Amino acid sequence: MYNQENCRFAATHEWAAKEGELAVVGISNHAQEEISDIVFVDLPKVGTQVKVGQNCCVIESVKSASEIYAPVSGEIVAVNEALNDDPALVNREPHAGGWLFKIKMANPAEMDALLDFAGYQATIQK
Amino acid sequence: MLRTVGVSSVKELLSQIPQELLYPALSLPAALSEQELTAHVKGLAAKNKPLVNFIGAGCYEHFIPAAVPALASRGEFLTAYTPYQAEASQGTLQTIYEFQSCICALLGMDVATASHYDGATALAEGVCAALRITGRKQVLIPAALHPHYKQVLHTYLHNMADVQIKEVPFKGNYALDMDALKQNLSSESSCFVLAQPNFFGGLEEAEEISALVHAAGALLVTLVNPLSLGILKSPAEYDTDIAVAEGQVLGNPMSFGGPGLGIMAAKKAYVRQLPGRMVGIAKDKQGRRSFVLTLQAREQHIRREKAASNICSNEALCALQAVIYLTLLGPQGLKEVAELNVSRAHELAVRLDALDGYEVKEMPFFNEFVLECKLPAWKVIEKMAEKGIAAGYALDKDFDGFEHRLLICATEMRTEADIANYVRAMEAI
Repeated sequence: MYNQENCRFAATHEWAAKEGELAVVGISNHAQEEISDIVFVDLPKVGTQVKVGQNCCVIESVKSASEIYAPVSGEIVAVNEALNDDPALVNREPHAGGWLFKIKMANPAEMDALLDFAGYQATIQK
Repeated sequence: MLRTVGVSSVKELLSQIPQELLYPALSLPAALSEQELTAHVKGLAAKNKPLVNFIGAGCYEHFIPAAVPALASRGEFLTAYTPYQAEASQGTLQTIYEFQSCICALLGMDVATASHYDGATALAEGVCAALRITGRKQVLIPAALHPHYKQVLHTYLHNMADVQIKEVPFKGNYALDMDALKQNLSSESSCFVLAQPNFFGGLEEAEEISALVHAAGALLVTLVNPLSLGILKSPAEYDTDIAVAEGQVLGNPMSFGGPGLGIMAAKKAYVRQLPGRMVGIAKDKQGRRSFVLTLQAREQHIRREKAASNICSNEALCALQAVIYLTLLGPQGLKEVAELNVSRAHELAVRLDALDGYEVKEMPFFNEFVLECKLPAWKVIEKMAEKGIAAGYALDKDFDGFEHRLLICATEMRTEADIANYVRAMEAI
Protein backbone atom coordinates (compact mmCIF):
# COMPACT_ATOMS: atom_id res chain seq x y z
CA MET A 1 0.00 0.00 0.00
CA TYR A 2 2.52 2.61 1.12
CA ASN A 3 5.37 0.76 -0.50
CA GLN A 4 8.98 1.54 0.23
CA GLU A 5 9.64 2.89 -3.25
CA ASN A 6 6.92 5.55 -3.01
CA CYS A 7 7.54 6.63 0.55
CA ARG A 8 9.84 9.32 1.89
CA PHE A 9 11.84 8.53 5.02
CA ALA A 10 13.13 10.35 8.07
CA ALA A 11 16.54 9.38 9.44
CA THR A 12 14.64 8.39 12.61
CA HIS A 13 12.98 5.53 10.68
CA GLU A 14 9.50 6.96 10.09
CA TRP A 15 8.06 6.87 6.55
CA ALA A 16 5.54 9.35 5.11
CA ALA A 17 3.31 8.67 2.09
CA LYS A 18 1.36 11.47 0.36
CA GLU A 19 -2.42 10.94 0.21
CA GLY A 20 -3.85 14.16 -1.23
CA GLU A 21 -3.18 16.83 1.39
CA LEU A 22 -2.49 14.15 4.04
CA ALA A 23 0.74 12.38 4.97
CA VAL A 24 0.23 8.80 6.14
CA VAL A 25 2.96 7.90 8.67
CA GLY A 26 4.41 4.59 9.81
CA ILE A 27 7.76 3.03 10.74
CA SER A 28 10.13 1.28 8.36
CA ASN A 29 10.58 -2.48 8.09
CA HIS A 30 14.09 -2.06 9.46
CA ALA A 31 12.70 -0.25 12.50
CA GLN A 32 10.08 -2.87 13.30
CA GLU A 33 12.74 -5.57 13.07
CA GLU A 34 15.04 -3.72 15.48
CA ILE A 35 12.25 -2.90 17.95
CA SER A 36 11.02 -6.55 17.88
CA ASP A 37 7.64 -7.71 19.23
CA ILE A 38 5.43 -4.66 19.70
CA VAL A 39 3.01 -4.89 22.64
CA PHE A 40 1.49 -1.41 22.80
CA VAL A 41 1.23 1.69 20.63
CA ASP A 42 0.55 4.97 22.46
CA LEU A 43 -1.13 6.81 19.58
CA PRO A 44 -1.48 10.61 19.57
CA LYS A 45 -4.86 12.28 20.11
CA VAL A 46 -6.71 13.31 16.97
CA GLY A 47 -6.56 17.09 16.71
CA THR A 48 -3.03 17.40 18.11
CA GLN A 49 -0.82 19.91 16.30
CA VAL A 50 2.69 18.60 15.61
CA LYS A 51 5.88 20.16 14.32
CA VAL A 52 8.34 18.26 12.11
CA GLY A 53 10.69 16.27 14.36
CA GLN A 54 8.38 16.47 17.39
CA ASN A 55 7.82 13.31 19.42
CA CYS A 56 4.12 12.46 19.09
CA CYS A 57 3.79 8.71 19.60
CA VAL A 58 5.43 5.90 21.58
CA ILE A 59 5.84 2.29 20.50
CA GLU A 60 6.36 -0.16 23.32
CA SER A 61 7.95 -3.53 22.57
CA VAL A 62 9.08 -6.38 24.77
CA LYS A 63 12.48 -4.77 25.04
CA SER A 64 12.02 -1.02 24.86
CA ALA A 65 9.81 2.04 24.51
CA SER A 66 10.63 3.95 21.30
CA GLU A 67 9.75 7.58 20.54
CA ILE A 68 8.18 8.22 17.14
CA TYR A 69 8.76 11.66 15.57
CA ALA A 70 6.43 13.51 13.18
CA PRO A 71 8.17 13.52 9.75
CA VAL A 72 6.17 16.62 8.73
CA SER A 73 4.26 19.42 10.51
CA GLY A 74 0.49 19.64 10.70
CA GLU A 75 -2.57 18.32 12.49
CA ILE A 76 -3.18 14.67 13.42
CA VAL A 77 -6.48 13.91 11.68
CA ALA A 78 -6.62 10.13 12.01
CA VAL A 79 -4.98 7.35 14.01
CA ASN A 80 -4.93 3.61 13.28
CA GLU A 81 -7.44 2.33 15.87
CA ALA A 82 -6.76 -1.29 14.77
CA LEU A 83 -3.46 -1.05 16.68
CA ASN A 84 -5.27 -0.79 20.03
CA ASP A 85 -6.27 -4.44 19.83
CA ASP A 86 -3.50 -5.67 17.54
CA PRO A 87 -0.26 -3.72 18.11
CA ALA A 88 1.73 -6.52 16.42
CA LEU A 89 0.20 -5.42 13.11
CA VAL A 90 3.02 -2.87 12.99
CA ASN A 91 5.53 -5.76 12.96
CA ARG A 92 3.60 -7.77 10.35
CA GLU A 93 2.68 -4.92 7.96
CA PRO A 94 4.89 -1.90 8.67
CA HIS A 95 4.15 -0.48 5.21
CA ALA A 96 0.48 -1.45 4.95
CA GLY A 97 -2.04 -2.22 7.71
CA GLY A 98 0.46 -1.15 10.39
CA TRP A 99 0.37 2.59 9.56
CA LEU A 100 0.29 4.79 12.69
CA PHE A 101 -1.42 8.12 12.01
CA LYS A 102 -2.30 10.64 9.29
CA ILE A 103 -1.22 14.29 9.32
CA LYS A 104 -2.98 17.10 7.42
CA MET A 105 0.22 18.79 6.21
CA ALA A 106 0.81 22.42 7.16
CA ASN A 107 3.73 22.62 4.73
CA PRO A 108 3.73 19.92 1.99
CA ALA A 109 7.22 21.03 0.89
CA GLU A 110 8.60 19.36 4.05
CA MET A 111 8.14 16.01 2.23
CA ASP A 112 10.92 16.97 -0.16
CA ALA A 113 13.35 17.34 2.74
CA LEU A 114 12.84 13.67 3.62
CA LEU A 115 15.03 10.88 2.20
CA ASP A 116 13.99 8.61 -0.63
CA PHE A 117 14.28 4.85 -0.13
CA ALA A 118 17.84 4.64 -1.43
CA GLY A 119 18.90 7.54 0.76
CA TYR A 120 17.31 5.92 3.80
CA GLN A 121 18.94 2.55 3.00
CA ALA A 122 22.29 4.30 2.94
CA THR A 123 21.79 5.64 6.48
CA ILE A 124 21.01 2.22 7.91
CA GLN A 125 23.84 0.54 6.00
CA LYS A 126 26.47 2.47 7.99
CA MET B 1 46.66 -9.32 44.11
CA LEU B 2 48.51 -6.26 45.45
CA ARG B 3 51.48 -7.19 43.24
CA THR B 4 49.17 -7.51 40.23
CA VAL B 5 47.88 -3.95 40.61
CA GLY B 6 51.37 -2.70 41.37
CA VAL B 7 51.27 -1.67 45.02
CA SER B 8 53.06 -3.07 48.03
CA SER B 9 50.35 -2.73 50.69
CA VAL B 10 46.64 -2.00 51.17
CA LYS B 11 47.67 1.28 52.85
CA GLU B 12 49.05 2.46 49.55
CA LEU B 13 45.62 2.12 47.93
CA LEU B 14 44.24 4.51 50.52
CA SER B 15 47.02 7.08 50.17
CA GLN B 16 44.69 9.74 48.76
CA ILE B 17 42.72 9.92 51.99
CA PRO B 18 44.13 12.54 54.40
CA GLN B 19 46.15 10.67 57.04
CA GLU B 20 44.31 12.18 60.00
CA LEU B 21 41.02 10.83 58.67
CA LEU B 22 42.26 7.34 57.92
CA TYR B 23 42.42 5.82 61.38
CA PRO B 24 40.87 8.44 63.67
CA ALA B 25 41.11 7.82 67.38
CA LEU B 26 37.64 7.09 68.75
CA SER B 27 37.37 7.31 72.50
CA LEU B 28 34.67 4.71 72.99
CA PRO B 29 34.13 2.89 76.27
CA ALA B 30 35.02 -0.80 76.42
CA ALA B 31 32.47 -3.16 74.87
CA LEU B 32 29.79 -4.56 77.16
CA SER B 33 29.22 -8.27 77.41
CA GLU B 34 25.94 -9.57 76.01
CA GLN B 35 24.56 -9.91 79.56
CA GLU B 36 25.59 -6.35 80.53
CA LEU B 37 24.21 -4.98 77.29
CA THR B 38 20.86 -6.74 77.73
CA ALA B 39 20.52 -5.34 81.25
CA HIS B 40 21.48 -1.85 80.04
CA VAL B 41 18.91 -1.82 77.21
CA LYS B 42 16.22 -3.23 79.54
CA GLY B 43 16.89 -0.29 81.83
CA LEU B 44 16.41 2.14 78.97
CA ALA B 45 13.17 0.43 77.89
CA ALA B 46 11.84 0.63 81.45
CA LYS B 47 11.79 4.41 81.08
CA ASN B 48 8.86 4.05 78.65
CA LYS B 49 5.49 4.81 80.18
CA PRO B 50 3.02 2.47 78.53
CA LEU B 51 -0.24 4.32 78.15
CA VAL B 52 -3.52 2.87 76.92
CA ASN B 53 -3.56 4.19 73.36
CA PHE B 54 -6.44 6.27 71.95
CA ILE B 55 -4.35 8.03 69.31
CA GLY B 56 -5.02 7.46 65.60
CA ALA B 57 -4.29 10.33 63.23
CA GLY B 58 -2.91 8.12 60.46
CA CYS B 59 -1.13 5.40 62.46
CA TYR B 60 -3.31 2.80 64.17
CA GLU B 61 -3.00 0.09 66.79
CA HIS B 62 -4.65 -3.10 65.58
CA PHE B 63 -4.29 -6.71 66.63
CA ILE B 64 -1.66 -8.61 64.68
CA PRO B 65 -2.00 -12.41 64.89
CA ALA B 66 1.30 -14.10 65.87
CA ALA B 67 1.30 -16.02 62.59
CA VAL B 68 1.95 -12.78 60.69
CA PRO B 69 5.43 -11.97 62.05
CA ALA B 70 6.22 -15.67 62.43
CA LEU B 71 5.77 -16.26 58.69
CA ALA B 72 7.04 -12.89 57.46
CA SER B 73 10.29 -13.17 59.41
CA ARG B 74 11.32 -16.38 57.63
CA GLY B 75 14.74 -15.84 56.09
CA GLU B 76 13.47 -16.46 52.58
CA PHE B 77 11.12 -13.49 52.89
CA LEU B 78 13.08 -11.25 55.23
CA THR B 79 16.31 -11.17 53.20
CA ALA B 80 14.96 -11.57 49.67
CA TYR B 81 16.24 -8.97 47.27
CA THR B 82 14.39 -6.76 44.79
CA PRO B 83 12.83 -9.13 42.22
CA TYR B 84 14.20 -7.75 38.95
CA GLN B 85 15.70 -11.15 38.10
CA ALA B 86 12.54 -13.16 37.69
CA GLU B 87 14.11 -16.58 37.51
CA ALA B 88 15.65 -16.11 40.96
CA SER B 89 12.66 -14.39 42.58
CA GLN B 90 9.55 -16.48 41.92
CA GLY B 91 8.61 -16.68 45.61
CA THR B 92 8.81 -12.93 46.15
CA LEU B 93 7.00 -12.20 42.91
CA GLN B 94 4.21 -14.59 43.79
CA THR B 95 3.62 -12.97 47.19
CA ILE B 96 3.47 -9.55 45.54
CA TYR B 97 1.05 -10.90 42.92
CA GLU B 98 -1.15 -12.28 45.72
CA PHE B 99 -0.94 -8.88 47.45
CA GLN B 100 -2.05 -7.11 44.27
CA SER B 101 -4.92 -9.58 43.91
CA CYS B 102 -6.03 -9.01 47.53
CA ILE B 103 -5.94 -5.25 47.03
CA CYS B 104 -8.05 -5.51 43.87
CA ALA B 105 -10.55 -7.71 45.71
CA LEU B 106 -10.67 -5.41 48.75
CA LEU B 107 -10.86 -2.11 46.85
CA GLY B 108 -12.91 -3.50 43.96
CA MET B 109 -10.53 -1.97 41.41
CA ASP B 110 -9.17 -3.60 38.22
CA VAL B 111 -5.40 -3.29 38.70
CA ALA B 112 -3.09 -2.66 41.65
CA THR B 113 0.60 -1.87 41.97
CA ALA B 114 3.18 -3.82 43.99
CA SER B 115 2.92 -1.10 46.70
CA HIS B 116 4.60 2.22 47.52
CA TYR B 117 6.39 3.70 50.53
CA ASP B 118 3.29 4.89 52.35
CA GLY B 119 -0.21 6.31 51.96
CA ALA B 120 1.02 9.87 51.56
CA THR B 121 3.34 9.15 48.63
CA ALA B 122 0.76 6.78 47.09
CA LEU B 123 -1.71 9.68 47.19
CA ALA B 124 0.81 12.07 45.63
CA GLU B 125 1.52 9.56 42.86
CA GLY B 126 -2.21 9.03 42.30
CA VAL B 127 -2.68 12.77 41.91
CA CYS B 128 0.27 12.94 39.48
CA ALA B 129 -1.35 10.17 37.43
CA ALA B 130 -4.63 12.13 37.36
CA LEU B 131 -2.76 15.22 36.15
CA ARG B 132 -1.14 13.22 33.33
CA ILE B 133 -4.35 11.45 32.33
CA THR B 134 -6.52 14.58 32.15
CA GLY B 135 -3.89 17.09 31.04
CA ARG B 136 -5.55 19.59 33.43
CA LYS B 137 -3.67 21.68 35.97
CA GLN B 138 -5.77 21.99 39.12
CA VAL B 139 -5.90 19.55 42.03
CA LEU B 140 -8.76 19.79 44.55
CA ILE B 141 -8.20 18.38 48.01
CA PRO B 142 -10.33 18.49 51.15
CA ALA B 143 -9.19 20.80 53.96
CA ALA B 144 -9.99 17.74 56.11
CA LEU B 145 -7.12 15.74 54.55
CA HIS B 146 -4.31 14.50 56.83
CA PRO B 147 -1.87 17.45 57.28
CA HIS B 148 1.16 15.27 56.51
CA TYR B 149 -0.46 14.06 53.29
CA LYS B 150 -1.06 17.69 52.29
CA GLN B 151 2.62 18.49 52.89
CA VAL B 152 3.81 15.51 50.86
CA LEU B 153 1.46 16.43 48.02
CA HIS B 154 2.77 20.00 48.00
CA THR B 155 6.34 18.69 47.89
CA TYR B 156 5.58 16.41 44.93
CA LEU B 157 3.80 19.12 42.91
CA HIS B 158 6.08 21.95 44.00
CA ASN B 159 8.05 22.34 40.77
CA MET B 160 5.35 21.36 38.31
CA ALA B 161 4.63 24.31 36.05
CA ASP B 162 1.19 25.89 36.54
CA VAL B 163 -0.16 23.12 38.77
CA GLN B 164 -2.32 24.45 41.61
CA ILE B 165 -3.64 22.75 44.71
CA LYS B 166 -6.90 24.13 46.08
CA GLU B 167 -8.43 23.15 49.44
CA VAL B 168 -12.18 22.61 49.70
CA PRO B 169 -13.34 23.55 53.22
CA PHE B 170 -15.30 21.43 55.71
CA LYS B 171 -18.40 22.42 57.66
CA GLY B 172 -18.93 22.64 61.41
CA ASN B 173 -19.38 18.89 61.73
CA TYR B 174 -16.14 18.22 59.76
CA ALA B 175 -18.00 17.00 56.65
CA LEU B 176 -17.01 18.28 53.19
CA ASP B 177 -18.79 21.49 52.16
CA MET B 178 -20.62 20.26 49.04
CA ASP B 179 -21.49 23.76 47.82
CA ALA B 180 -17.82 24.72 48.01
CA LEU B 181 -16.92 21.58 46.03
CA LYS B 182 -19.47 22.49 43.34
CA GLN B 183 -18.11 26.03 43.14
CA ASN B 184 -14.51 24.86 42.85
CA LEU B 185 -14.99 22.14 40.24
CA SER B 186 -14.29 23.40 36.73
CA SER B 187 -12.91 22.32 33.39
CA GLU B 188 -9.48 22.97 34.91
CA SER B 189 -9.89 20.38 37.67
CA SER B 190 -7.88 17.21 37.07
CA CYS B 191 -9.16 15.43 40.17
CA PHE B 192 -10.70 15.66 43.60
CA VAL B 193 -9.13 13.73 46.48
CA LEU B 194 -11.85 12.10 48.55
CA ALA B 195 -10.52 11.10 51.98
CA GLN B 196 -12.83 8.35 53.20
CA PRO B 197 -12.69 8.56 56.18
CA ASN B 198 -11.26 12.08 56.37
CA PHE B 199 -8.58 13.15 58.88
CA PHE B 200 -11.24 13.74 61.54
CA GLY B 201 -12.53 10.19 61.11
CA GLY B 202 -15.70 11.33 59.33
CA LEU B 203 -17.34 9.51 56.42
CA GLU B 204 -18.28 11.68 53.43
CA GLU B 205 -21.17 11.42 50.94
CA ALA B 206 -19.07 9.47 48.45
CA GLU B 207 -21.70 8.88 45.75
CA GLU B 208 -22.76 12.51 45.62
CA ILE B 209 -19.13 13.65 45.47
CA SER B 210 -18.31 11.14 42.73
CA ALA B 211 -21.23 12.35 40.59
CA LEU B 212 -20.17 16.01 40.93
CA VAL B 213 -16.51 15.27 40.19
CA HIS B 214 -17.23 13.17 37.10
CA ALA B 215 -19.77 15.68 35.77
CA ALA B 216 -16.90 18.20 35.67
CA GLY B 217 -14.76 15.76 33.67
CA ALA B 218 -12.36 15.28 36.59
CA LEU B 219 -11.10 12.03 38.11
CA LEU B 220 -12.01 10.77 41.56
CA VAL B 221 -8.94 9.84 43.62
CA THR B 222 -10.10 8.15 46.81
CA LEU B 223 -7.92 7.71 49.92
CA VAL B 224 -9.37 4.87 52.01
CA ASN B 225 -8.71 3.04 55.26
CA PRO B 226 -8.35 -0.56 54.00
CA LEU B 227 -9.56 -2.03 57.30
CA SER B 228 -12.79 0.00 57.08
CA LEU B 229 -13.58 -1.76 53.80
CA GLY B 230 -14.58 -4.76 55.91
CA ILE B 231 -17.93 -3.02 56.22
CA LEU B 232 -17.88 0.14 54.09
CA LYS B 233 -18.56 0.30 50.34
CA SER B 234 -15.43 -0.24 48.28
CA PRO B 235 -14.14 2.77 46.34
CA ALA B 236 -15.00 0.99 43.07
CA GLU B 237 -18.66 1.00 44.06
CA TYR B 238 -18.77 4.79 43.81
CA ASP B 239 -16.83 4.92 40.54
CA THR B 240 -13.39 5.78 41.92
CA ASP B 241 -10.80 6.17 39.16
CA ILE B 242 -7.67 5.82 41.31
CA ALA B 243 -7.80 4.40 44.84
CA VAL B 244 -4.96 4.84 47.32
CA ALA B 245 -4.47 3.86 50.96
CA GLU B 246 -2.11 3.45 53.88
CA GLY B 247 -1.82 -0.29 54.48
CA GLN B 248 -0.22 -0.12 57.94
CA VAL B 249 -3.58 -1.09 59.41
CA LEU B 250 -3.33 -4.50 57.74
CA GLY B 251 -1.05 -6.65 59.88
CA ASN B 252 1.72 -4.06 60.22
CA PRO B 253 2.83 -2.64 63.59
CA MET B 254 2.89 1.11 64.31
CA SER B 255 6.70 0.99 64.80
CA PHE B 256 6.81 4.59 66.03
CA GLY B 257 5.62 5.86 62.65
CA GLY B 258 6.96 3.53 59.98
CA PRO B 259 7.62 1.83 57.65
CA GLY B 260 4.28 2.45 55.99
CA LEU B 261 2.63 0.54 53.16
CA GLY B 262 1.43 2.59 50.22
CA ILE B 263 -1.43 1.09 48.25
CA MET B 264 -2.57 2.13 44.77
CA ALA B 265 -5.17 0.64 42.46
CA ALA B 266 -7.03 1.94 39.43
CA LYS B 267 -9.45 1.26 36.60
CA LYS B 268 -7.95 -0.87 33.83
CA ALA B 269 -7.94 2.06 31.40
CA TYR B 270 -5.31 3.82 33.55
CA VAL B 271 -2.92 0.89 34.04
CA ARG B 272 -0.18 2.42 31.93
CA GLN B 273 -0.30 5.61 33.99
CA LEU B 274 0.33 3.80 37.27
CA PRO B 275 3.81 4.32 38.74
CA GLY B 276 6.06 1.78 40.42
CA ARG B 277 6.23 -1.95 40.05
CA MET B 278 3.57 -4.38 38.91
CA VAL B 279 3.81 -8.14 38.96
CA GLY B 280 2.16 -10.12 36.20
CA ILE B 281 1.51 -13.79 35.61
CA ALA B 282 3.13 -15.47 32.60
CA LYS B 283 4.38 -18.76 31.20
CA ASP B 284 8.03 -19.74 31.00
CA LYS B 285 9.62 -21.53 28.00
CA GLN B 286 8.29 -24.85 29.28
CA GLY B 287 4.78 -23.55 29.67
CA ARG B 288 4.93 -23.46 33.49
CA ARG B 289 3.07 -20.70 35.34
CA SER B 290 5.51 -18.01 36.45
CA PHE B 291 5.56 -14.45 37.75
CA VAL B 292 7.40 -11.43 36.40
CA LEU B 293 7.62 -7.65 36.78
CA THR B 294 5.49 -6.37 33.92
CA LEU B 295 4.62 -3.17 32.04
CA GLN B 296 8.12 -2.01 32.89
CA ALA B 297 8.12 0.47 30.03
CA ARG B 298 6.37 2.81 32.50
CA GLU B 299 9.41 2.76 34.74
CA GLN B 300 12.47 4.93 34.76
CA HIS B 301 15.04 2.28 33.86
CA ILE B 302 13.35 2.09 30.47
CA ARG B 303 11.56 5.43 29.92
CA ARG B 304 14.09 7.57 31.82
CA GLU B 305 12.80 11.15 32.17
CA LYS B 306 9.52 10.19 30.48
CA ALA B 307 8.74 7.51 33.07
CA ALA B 308 5.46 7.68 34.98
CA SER B 309 7.46 8.33 38.15
CA ASN B 310 10.98 8.21 39.58
CA ILE B 311 9.79 5.58 42.03
CA CYS B 312 10.97 2.05 41.37
CA SER B 313 10.64 0.53 44.80
CA ASN B 314 7.93 -1.17 46.84
CA GLU B 315 7.37 -2.34 50.42
CA ALA B 316 7.58 -6.10 49.86
CA LEU B 317 7.88 -7.17 53.49
CA CYS B 318 5.07 -4.89 54.70
CA ALA B 319 2.92 -6.02 51.77
CA LEU B 320 3.64 -9.63 52.72
CA GLN B 321 2.48 -8.97 56.29
CA ALA B 322 -0.70 -7.41 54.89
CA VAL B 323 -1.37 -10.41 52.64
CA ILE B 324 -0.85 -12.89 55.49
CA TYR B 325 -3.13 -10.81 57.72
CA LEU B 326 -5.89 -10.62 55.09
CA THR B 327 -5.57 -14.33 54.32
CA LEU B 328 -5.86 -15.25 58.01
CA LEU B 329 -8.90 -13.03 58.56
CA GLY B 330 -10.70 -13.51 55.27
CA PRO B 331 -13.70 -11.34 54.34
CA GLN B 332 -15.70 -12.48 57.36
CA GLY B 333 -12.89 -11.84 59.82
CA LEU B 334 -12.20 -8.42 58.31
CA LYS B 335 -15.89 -7.56 58.65
CA GLU B 336 -15.83 -8.55 62.32
CA VAL B 337 -12.73 -6.44 63.04
CA ALA B 338 -14.28 -3.46 61.25
CA GLU B 339 -17.53 -3.86 63.21
CA LEU B 340 -15.60 -3.97 66.50
CA ASN B 341 -13.82 -0.75 65.55
CA VAL B 342 -17.10 0.99 64.79
CA SER B 343 -18.72 -0.32 67.95
CA ARG B 344 -15.88 0.64 70.33
CA ALA B 345 -15.40 4.12 68.89
CA HIS B 346 -19.13 4.85 68.89
CA GLU B 347 -19.55 3.58 72.46
CA LEU B 348 -16.81 5.97 73.57
CA ALA B 349 -18.18 8.88 71.54
CA VAL B 350 -21.70 8.51 72.89
CA ARG B 351 -20.52 8.35 76.51
CA LEU B 352 -18.11 11.30 76.16
CA ASP B 353 -20.74 13.41 74.41
CA ALA B 354 -23.04 12.81 77.39
CA LEU B 355 -20.51 14.45 79.76
CA ASP B 356 -20.93 18.12 80.64
CA GLY B 357 -18.57 20.34 78.69
CA TYR B 358 -17.82 17.77 75.99
CA GLU B 359 -19.36 17.42 72.55
CA VAL B 360 -19.06 15.13 69.56
CA LYS B 361 -20.58 16.77 66.46
CA GLU B 362 -23.01 14.70 64.43
CA MET B 363 -21.34 13.00 61.41
CA PRO B 364 -20.99 9.32 60.52
CA PHE B 365 -17.52 8.04 61.40
CA PHE B 366 -15.53 4.79 61.35
CA ASN B 367 -13.22 4.47 64.39
CA GLU B 368 -12.14 8.07 65.00
CA PHE B 369 -13.94 11.30 65.96
CA VAL B 370 -13.35 14.83 67.22
CA LEU B 371 -14.19 15.66 70.83
CA GLU B 372 -14.75 19.35 71.58
CA CYS B 373 -13.59 19.88 75.19
CA LYS B 374 -14.19 22.44 77.90
CA LEU B 375 -10.44 22.40 78.61
CA PRO B 376 -7.65 22.91 76.04
CA ALA B 377 -6.82 19.58 74.39
CA TRP B 378 -3.22 19.61 75.62
CA LYS B 379 -4.45 19.95 79.19
CA VAL B 380 -6.74 16.97 78.71
CA ILE B 381 -3.87 14.94 77.28
CA GLU B 382 -1.63 15.87 80.24
CA LYS B 383 -4.21 14.98 82.87
CA MET B 384 -5.22 11.74 81.18
CA ALA B 385 -1.57 10.69 80.82
CA GLU B 386 -1.24 10.95 84.61
CA LYS B 387 -3.95 8.28 84.72
CA GLY B 388 -2.15 6.03 82.23
CA ILE B 389 -4.19 7.00 79.16
CA ALA B 390 -2.95 8.50 75.86
CA ALA B 391 -6.14 10.49 75.33
CA GLY B 392 -5.82 11.41 71.66
CA TYR B 393 -4.24 13.81 69.15
CA ALA B 394 -4.41 17.58 69.78
CA LEU B 395 -5.60 19.32 66.61
CA ASP B 396 -4.44 22.91 67.27
CA LYS B 397 -1.07 22.42 65.55
CA ASP B 398 -2.76 21.75 62.23
CA PHE B 399 -6.02 23.70 62.37
CA ASP B 400 -6.46 27.30 63.54
CA GLY B 401 -8.81 27.77 66.47
CA PHE B 402 -8.85 24.06 67.37
CA GLU B 403 -7.19 24.46 70.80
CA HIS B 404 -10.07 22.67 72.50
CA ARG B 405 -10.42 19.82 70.05
CA LEU B 406 -9.07 16.32 70.47
CA LEU B 407 -9.00 13.59 67.80
CA ILE B 408 -9.80 10.29 69.53
CA CYS B 409 -9.52 6.79 68.09
CA ALA B 410 -10.78 3.50 69.54
CA THR B 411 -9.88 0.33 67.67
CA GLU B 412 -10.69 -3.31 68.43
CA MET B 413 -7.63 -3.20 70.74
CA ARG B 414 -9.54 -1.06 73.24
CA THR B 415 -11.62 -3.27 75.48
CA GLU B 416 -14.90 -2.30 77.07
CA ALA B 417 -12.97 -1.79 80.30
CA ASP B 418 -10.56 0.59 78.52
CA ILE B 419 -13.55 2.58 77.26
CA ALA B 420 -15.12 2.71 80.72
CA ASN B 421 -11.81 3.83 82.28
CA TYR B 422 -11.41 6.58 79.70
CA VAL B 423 -14.86 8.00 80.42
CA ARG B 424 -14.34 7.75 84.18
CA ALA B 425 -10.94 9.47 83.93
CA MET B 426 -12.32 12.24 81.69
CA GLU B 427 -15.20 12.85 84.07
CA ALA B 428 -12.77 13.35 86.94
CA ILE B 429 -10.68 16.04 85.18
